[in-house]
Amino acid sequence: MATTKNKIVKKSAPQVSSVKSVFQNYAPAPESSDHIQLKSQYDLFINGKFVKPLSKEYYDTINPATGKKIASVAKGNEKDIDAAVKSANKAFETWSKTAPKERAKYIYRIARMIQERAREFAVIETMNGGKSIRESRDIDVPLAANHFFYYAGWADKLEYAFPNRNPKPIGVAGQIIPWNFPLLMAAWKIAPALATGNTVVLKPAETTPLTALKLAEIIQESGLPDGVVNIVTGFGDCGAALVNHPQVNKIAFTGSTPVGKYIQKAIAGTSKKVTLELGGKAANIIFDDAPIDQAVEGIVNGIFFNQGHVCCAGSRLFIQENVAEKVIKKLKERMKTLIVGDPMDKNTDIGAINSQAQLDKINHYIKLGQKEGAEIFQPECSIPSHGFFCKPTLFIGTSQSHRIVQEEIFGPVLTIQTFRTIEEVIEKANNIPYGLSAGVWTDKGSKIFNLTSKLRVGVVWANTYNKFDPTSPFGGYKESGFGREGGVHGLLPYVKF
Amino acid sequence: MQLEILKTYKLYIGGAFPRTESGRFYKLENNKKEVIANMCLSSRKDFRNAVVAARKAVEGWSGRAAFNRGQILYRIAEMLEGRKMQFIEELILQGATKANAEKEVRQAIDRCVYYSGWCDKYQPLFGSINPVATSHFNFSVPEPTGVVSVLADENSSLLGLVSVIMPIIVGGNTCVVLASETKPLCSITFAEVLATSDLPGGVVNILTGNSKELHTHFASHMDVNAVVYCRENVEEAKAIAELSSLNVKRSFFWQKDWTKTEHENPYLIMDLQEIKTTWHPIENIGVSGAKY
Repeated sequence: MATTKNKIVKKSAPQVSSVKSVFQNYAPAPESSDHIQLKSQYDLFINGKFVKPLSKEYYDTINPATGKKIASVAKGNEKDIDAAVKSANKAFETWSKTAPKERAKYIYRIARMIQERAREFAVIETMNGGKSIRESRDIDVPLAANHFFYYAGWADKLEYAFPNRNPKPIGVAGQIIPWNFPLLMAAWKIAPALATGNTVVLKPAETTPLTALKLAEIIQESGLPDGVVNIVTGFGDCGAALVNHPQVNKIAFTGSTPVGKYIQKAIAGTSKKVTLELGGKAANIIFDDAPIDQAVEGIVNGIFFNQGHVCCAGSRLFIQENVAEKVIKKLKERMKTLIVGDPMDKNTDIGAINSQAQLDKINHYIKLGQKEGAEIFQPECSIPSHGFFCKPTLFIGTSQSHRIVQEEIFGPVLTIQTFRTIEEVIEKANNIPYGLSAGVWTDKGSKIFNLTSKLRVGVVWANTYNKFDPTSPFGGYKESGFGREGGVHGLLPYVKF
Repeated sequence: MQLEILKTYKLYIGGAFPRTESGRFYKLENNKKEVIANMCLSSRKDFRNAVVAARKAVEGWSGRAAFNRGQILYRIAEMLEGRKMQFIEELILQGATKANAEKEVRQAIDRCVYYSGWCDKYQPLFGSINPVATSHFNFSVPEPTGVVSVLADENSSLLGLVSVIMPIIVGGNTCVVLASETKPLCSITFAEVLATSDLPGGVVNILTGNSKELHTHFASHMDVNAVVYCRENVEEAKAIAELSSLNVKRSFFWQKDWTKTEHENPYLIMDLQEIKTTWHPIENIGVSGAKY
């Protein structure tokens, strides 16, 4: 397999030309993919070894910026899941009894190895997922390493996190992760599970399996005992088999609200513990006393970060009426400078949409928004002819009853409403089934704390947006799910007393 | 045969390895009364110089992200692991059995890793959000005390030293440490580990010398915020407690058996932390309740 490594890479390196807006004319600055190592075919990682799927079937994983195949990936099924869960169950016997200090050392090793191979991870993340190299390099990969580092430290300190209790691991954790932050979500899931002494069966998203499989290679090199982490790639049936497997003791899911509801229902009546990190439709609230230029940057970061494929994206913008005209004007000007195109280009702001299916969904909502009567704005930029791309999009003059305001689009589409009073905006912001996050922009600290106490969401960003840290708990209220990842609170889902 | 190069043990101040300004030395002997090294006999002036270096380093070190401090402490463990043979040899030279020397080095490495993990964890566990009755957001966070002077364990060359330095610096403090007088070798070699671990100069300063001569200065210096005494001399301890009152210095007496893991814990970190509370108004004019 090693002989085909480089050939595959060259073939799949993106050929998209960067598209320059009318205001910018940067020379292309593509990140090189020469140094990365990819195999032409990836197997399942079960019991410390890469094994062929029992179905013998493979599927193509593609580069969404070009539509071209990168590698074949094993299509795991129910039987593969069974093998993985059994191996995790067996490994639990010794792993849960391993001295916490030694457990920590394995996790520290994984953290260090991700740091050492950060550039490779960043390039593969961008090739497989479509996000800009700037984001995978500066956000996804370092944060993933830091999560392992952070939770490694907890392994021998758990008794301090739960005073007066004796925390014990639960067993086998079945973890299902989405395609928007493939490596980072794997880190969020695996790190706390290992630190608390659980074993893991992880199912990556079907469109973005590669960095999880590279992580499997690191896990193998780290010497982590066989079966402690198992990674099974596949489709929805594979995830369902994991959820329903009787030897799985805990489910951790990040993904859509409908699937979250399915999982909650499926495990009803069993003793399985579950945490759900589901969809969102965050309010980003701009008051008239906000620093407007910073707020505009925050709006752009809030909705266009990772092409808007972010559960906590600031997709509902609320602007206080007396500054609305000014903010919208500045926002439009700023959007004209955004570079949409080759994700591997270091100047690119908005990369490729993750898949054809997701692009179709976004385009459906863009048409729907126009049909609902909202005013659309898209900057005059061209987008590459191949691959999946979407222009950054605004809808002005929307109202609470519009479907584009109520439903999660998961793309670079922002809806704008105005408000007059603080009561009104709190009412509107909360009037939605979701409750993951919110943004507040004002110069007045007391106003921030008023809003943080009244908004029914799990994370509030004040005068900033989309900030993540291993020490900071993340998770939602209401139909955005329950349970927290990150921080001290992120340990709780993985222990029993 | 090639003649062995003997190592000159100097001091560690402000990231550099100077000799004592006093030019004085003392002979370190092994249990066969053979001289194994000429150690610097630090003076009061060396201590004052070290405090200046430590004070200068406080702002930068305490201003680092907790995560960054943790990375550096972990790096110390990595460097220590790489040079463990050297420490084992030095411990044996100072009278330890091979088995005990190996165990001591092993434990010292683990201790660095242990405290590395605390960098971003003691604050959430020991800080608080305080539900005051008025309309205020009120929170308390631990912050480093500042410069800490330390008289390290006399009987433990490496583990006693590491076990005291780590909880002090993980919390953003800087320190000046007087190493064991009779077992000082590992302290200066440990300084070489620190110097190659991305730890900024001045965060840890290490002196060798005589406690009887220096302990009063460690306790009376007006620019030292806390003193930690890890020895068994009751008179010295009393003098330190008394002299600390000169500038309301926090004084702690950590006479512990460092081989026991119960003596690695976050309460040692918290000894050298102050608690800062902030009040911030909550504008309560929005009458809308939190609704589903």
